[in-house]
Formats: sequence, structure tokens, C-alpha cells
Amino acid sequence: MIPAEFDYTAPESLDAAIKALADGGEDAKLLAGGHSLLPLMKLRLAAPALLVDLRKVPGLHGIEREDGSWRIGAMTPHTDLEHSPQLGIFAKAAGTIADPQVRNRGTVGGSLAHGDPASDLPAVLLAADGSVTVQGPGGQRAISAGELFRDYMETAIEPTEVLTEVRIPSLDGWGFGYEKFNRRSEDWAMVAVSALVKQTGDICEEVRVGLTNMGSVPLRAGAVEEALRGKPLSAESIASAAEQAAEGTDPPADLNASTDYKRHLARVLCRRALGQAAGLT
Amino acid sequence: MSKTVAVQLQVNGATHRLEVEPRLLLVHALRDNLGFTGTHVGCDTSNCGACTVHMEGRAVKSCTVLAVQADGAQITTIEGMASDGQLHPLQEAFWNDHGLQCGYCTPGMIMAAAALLAENPNPTEDEVRHGLEGNLCRCTGYHNIVKAVLDAAKTKGATVAQQPEVTA
Ligand SMILES: Cc1cc2nc3c(=O)[nH]c(=O)nc-3n(C[C@H](O)[C@H](O)[C@H](O)COP(=O)(O)OP(=O)(O)OC[C@H]3O[C@@H](n4cnc5c(N)ncnc54)[C@H](O)[C@@H]3O)c2cc1C
Ligand code: FES
Ligand code: FES
Repeated sequence: MIPAEFDYTAPESLDAAIKALADGGEDAKLLAGGHSLLPLMKLRLAAPALLVDLRKVPGLHGIEREDGSWRIGAMTPHTDLEHSPQLGIFAKAAGTIADPQVRNRGTVGGSLAHGDPASDLPAVLLAADGSVTVQGPGGQRAISAGELFRDYMETAIEPTEVLTEVRIPSLDGWGFGYEKFNRRSEDWAMVAVSALVKQTGDICEEVRVGLTNMGSVPLRAGAVEEALRGKPLSAESIASAAEQAAEGTDPPADLNASTDYKRHLARVLCRRALGQAAGLT
Repeated sequence: MSKTVAVQLQVNGATHRLEVEPRLLLVHALRDNLGFTGTHVGCDTSNCGACTVHMEGRAVKSCTVLAVQADGAQITTIEGMASDGQLHPLQEAFWNDHGLQCGYCTPGMIMAAAALLAENPNPTEDEVRHGLEGNLCRCTGYHNIVKAVLDAAKTKGATVAQQPEVTA
């Protein structure tokens, strides 16, 4: 399978990339690891006229700690996240993406900009209360995870903007759990649940639960969070809260799972992920 | 036709300069333009791993990389594994352990396994199975592939892909 023809440029600065993207108009697309875009182009589901490759743009790689949060360059591949245990739930979720070869090419920026609700990192960013920084012709701005994902594969990033970095709070002292259900390692999640818990003794001070593939965008399981916040954490309280994991969701059925099955998975995976986050398993 | 682009690929230590269409996939540049037909195309959809090569030391699926993205990169293919008529320890082990039947998946399996051993020279069976998740085999049932990788790990020199001298 061969993509349709396109022109290609690999600018050597961020400004040049932004300009190339703007000059290219609506048929220009950024290229990061290419592991979402190239398969679509090979199937001719996408046919951009110009690809602006970010590989030579300096400053888009790496993981640094800054002002109590992690700063991750957009072009950092999943493999590097996976091997950075200091990133907690981000490292764990990145390690579940497909297989080593895909993780060597796919990038954190590409994954978030693509905005696929079945991808692993969007819901984790949402649960972690992270944000992304984007830069375009009009300058730089931050977009919180809550505002980033608009609809199915649609984000708040303008077509002329480049996602440059991802920021996640350090989450020191938080427990985390990530539970993903798929049939083969290369499959996207039928459902995945990210759980973050901050506890004092057995009291749950703060809790956040992210849902992957339970709708057209990544979601938070607000009812579960509500049920646990300020309450004692035990296997029983978690099991009872997790029963509400699918509340308010209406996930579309797909080849692998019906709506009911996804809702069932959300409850089971939520219980397991919270158990891990609370150190109960 | 879209504008062609000049790319330079360092394949198995030798420099190759090509003028390519941007849409040319790395696997086709390797096979069709440069004759490295040991790299196979199985699924063409980034699932099977038959097209696995090393790019800057990391295993990648070359059916999902554009040749232009590999400009300036060091590429190692299965042809770069043996040196001086000596099979690479992984190749030896696949042979000894019957780690192949039809052989179609083998180049990709060996390249994925070499990347795994470079990162983790003494993997457990479980780690080998996880490390090869991106590679499918329709013949062997994987058992002897895993055995071969574990045996190769016990051999000195299995963790490096040989790089012949660079010739321009
Ligand atoms: C076989 C296979 C299995 C996979 N399984 C999973 C899985 O289980 N879970 C999962 O999460 N993902 C999975 N993926 C997807 C993989 O993680 C992708 O790499 C990722 O979604 C996209 O990252 P990329 O760097 O490859 O982006 P690209 O494909 O290069 O780009 C994707 C989109 O984002 C845009 N874009 C890229 N970078 C930027 C930027 N910096 N700023 C603005 N826009 C940008 C591009 O224009 C394009 O529209 C799988 C991929 C394959 C091939
Ligand atoms: S041919 Fe590239 S992964 Fe199958
Ligand atoms: S030996 Fe035939 S596909 Fe693996």
C-alpha cells in the first residue's frame, strides 16, 4: 500500500515548521512518528498535500522536571516514557502501547494531537490534570487536558499550531493504577481505566479516574471520584464506588465490544485500577 | 509527480545516496532501490514485524517509516548481522533450535530479538515473549523462537549487531 503523492519538508526550527504549516494551507499536516498518520495515508484515508516533519526541530525531545511538574517534549517516543518510572502512571500506560517497534516511533505529542479516544495517553493526561503547550503564528498557549479533547479525533489544537510539550503535575505521593483490556498486545484498548489516589492513612484525600474508549473523547469517572473523596479506602468501598464507573457514558459498540460489555469492563477495570492505586493489591 | 528528495542512508555501515519520492517507504527503499531483500513485507499495516530493521539502534517497522524520515540514519538489516562469514549468534541459535519453518518472519524476528538483547542481555522467557509482541509467526507456534533467543542470550556477542567498516 502506497500513500498518495505529497510534498515533504523537514524544517530545522520551530518557527520554520509553523511557517511551512501555515503556507501549506489546509492540506498540510505535521508528521511526528507517523504511526497513526502513515497507516491512514497508506489506506488512503488521509491524503495531505504536504507533510511537515518535526524530526529536525530542536528542543522537542526529552523529559525534565520543572516547577513541580514534568515537562515532556512532544517528539519524545513512547519507549522513553516507558523507561522513565519517575513519570508514574504515564510510564506505565506508555509501556502498554502496542509493541516495542511501535513505541520506538510513536510520540507523546502525536498521540495527544491525534486525539483518538482509544489511545492510552489522552485519558491518562486527563486523569493527571496535565496540559499541553502549543505554538502557532499567534504565539504560545497552554491547553488543559479538560479542554484539549473536543470530539472524536478532534482537539482544540488549531491546524496551524504545533504541540511542543506536555506538562504533567509531578504527582509525588500519589498511588496509581492502569488497567487496559485488549485481546492482543497490538490492539487498542477495548476499555482502559487510569486511577490516581492520594491518601492519608486509609482516608482518600483526592482521587481521579480516567476512562479510555468509553466515548468520543477520554472521560473522567466523576461519580466514582465523588463516592471515594474524603472516605476510607478499602476493598469494599472501592468495589462499591467502581460500580458507578460507567455512569453517564454511552460508549459506541465496535468490532470488539458491545456498549454493555464496555460498560461492564469499565466497572471491573476501575475496581482493579483503584485497588492498585490504593496499594490494596 | 511530487518533488523528489535527496536522502542518505547508512545501511549496514555503508553510505547510500538516493533521490526518492517522499512517499517511498523505507522498506521499499531497502528492498527495491538497494537490494536488501532480506527485509520482508508481511502485513504492510505495522502489525506483523516482518519488516523490522534497526534505525539508530532501535527496532522499527520499516513499512511504517518513510525513507525521507530515515535520512542520515544508521540502518541495520538482517544482511548486516553476519560478519566475516560468521553467522550472528541469534542466527546460529535460530538454526540450531529450529526457530523457523518457512522463514518468512525470521529476519524481522531476529532484528526484534537483537534489539531486545541489546537492551536486556539476560531476559527471562516472559521478557522474550513480551519483547517479541510486535512480531507474528504463522508457522512455529513461537516456542522455538523464544528458545532460540534465550539460547542466543547465553552466547557471547549476541547483544551486538555487527557493523562492518563504513565504506563511502
Ligand atoms: C500497530 C499499531 C498499534 C498501535 N496501538 C496503540 C495503542 O494500543 N495505544 C495507543 O495509544 N496508540 C497506539 N498506536 C498509535 C501510536 O501510539 C501512534 O504513534 C500515536 O498515536 C501517534 O503518534 P505519532 O508520533 O506516530 O504521530 P503521527 O502519526 O506522526 O501524527 C498523528 C497526528 O497528530 C498530528 N501531530 C503529530 N505531532 C504533532 C505535534 N507535535 N503537534 C501537532 N500535531 C501533531 C499529525 O499531524 C497527525 O494528524 C498504535 C499504532 C500502530 C501502528
Ligand atoms: S510488513 Fe511491516 S509490520 Fe508487517
Ligand atoms: S517461520 Fe513461517 S512465519 Fe515464522
